[in-house]
Amino acid sequence: MSVPSKPPPRLGTILGWGGISVSMYLLLFAYEKSILDLSSRGKWYFTIPILIAFLFSFVHGQFTAVFWEGLGFTAKK
Amino acid sequence: MDALSLQFIQLDLANGCYLFIVGFVGGLVSGFIGSGGAFVLTPAMMSLGVPGIVAVASNMCHKFPKALVGAMKRAKYGQVDLKMGLIMGVSAEAGVLVGAHYQELIKQRFGDAGSNLYVSLAFVLILGFVGALVMRDTLNCYRSGMAEEEKPGRLALWVQSIHIPGTMVYFRGLNTRISVLFTIPLGFATGMLAATIAVGGFIGVPAQIYVLGMNSLMASATELVIAFVMGVGGTIKFAWSGYVDIRLAMIILAGSLFGIQLGAIGTTYVKPFMIKLVMAVIMLTVMVSRALVIPVYLSQLEWIGAMQPSTMSLLKNISFAIMILALAVGAGIILMAILKGRREAALPTPASNLALATESRISS
Repeated sequence: MSVPSKPPPRLGTILGWGGISVSMYLLLFAYEKSILDLSSRGKWYFTIPILIAFLFSFVHGQFTAVFWEGLGFTAKK
Repeated sequence: MDALSLQFIQLDLANGCYLFIVGFVGGLVSGFIGSGGAFVLTPAMMSLGVPGIVAVASNMCHKFPKALVGAMKRAKYGQVDLKMGLIMGVSAEAGVLVGAHYQELIKQRFGDAGSNLYVSLAFVLILGFVGALVMRDTLNCYRSGMAEEEKPGRLALWVQSIHIPGTMVYFRGLNTRISVLFTIPLGFATGMLAATIAVGGFIGVPAQIYVLGMNSLMASATELVIAFVMGVGGTIKFAWSGYVDIRLAMIILAGSLFGIQLGAIGTTYVKPFMIKLVMAVIMLTVMVSRALVIPVYLSQLEWIGAMQPSTMSLLKNISFAIMILALAVGAGIILMAILKGRREAALPTPASNLALATESRISS
């Protein structure tokens, strides 16, 4: 039987990370024109898409990890 | 129309859902075999009207955070050789730059059709050769009952036996020292392929398995580190010119992070040869897909007789459908393997049966 090394995440944790992730996506699309305007300028503005990508990977990565753990999908070993 | 609206498309809910689902399937495959999920995203975005260079740039911008999350997940399972990933990643970066330069030269000399023909030929020749090699090895592993265990082949043993003073480095994934003079060209070739067909892992993973002697689980996990290094460099290159559509990249990332987590978890439930099987099936199916469109580009270059526009369109659509099928078949095999592995893991083992029987005897 697969034995998860830690207890499954609480529903509050899953909803918390999910809420932050959804909020970030809503903000991205609420300000899409301004963000695209800045990032399309190129040169040192290249940092904008890179920073956004890192930020989303952290928050959404946490959410997706606890989401699957919450559903019982944990590593076998 | 302003420059912004010319470069970046209007996104609606249907397009967003389409990219999310393709991202999920691509992420699932990448989490499992280390790469191979991204090749369908560039044509998928272009089918929505995204200009080619914006599609390539946005694909690259979703790949590096996806690879980062996948690499961290699989590092938790002890599957990543970070040193190998970084060394090969840096040499792959050089390969990307050279590969992109060749792409530009071919485009200048032969136009879009020439460039497309070059990419398709690279797909067919490399995926045909490497895919057949991986499939043959997978079938041999399965037939010989060696599905549980992987040993370095003759080439890898020879590479591991070569001692070149001043270049020897210990790699945890190999549990031995090898010369970086072997890893650097492999990384370079991985980058060259990434710049040509958007998936360097079709060389990177088999090279680590067959040339260096790493097992499939570690090779596919280490490939995620290489993909991260290449992806950051590639994204900076495209973002410096302002080509990244961050909305497209983040929608695909939203789906692909769900997929990559599941794919990474899946690797802990399957036998190592399953990774090779999925890789070989995807490579050979994609090869067929690209082979179908070669006559279209030959016709456009007027190297063969003219082709009807309707025939060209038909071949391109069939090719795209087969490409989607390749990803779907790969994802299907992964999901089935995960479910089978979970069922087997949930079954009581003989040892646990014995323990239960002993416990019941004691209590009675």
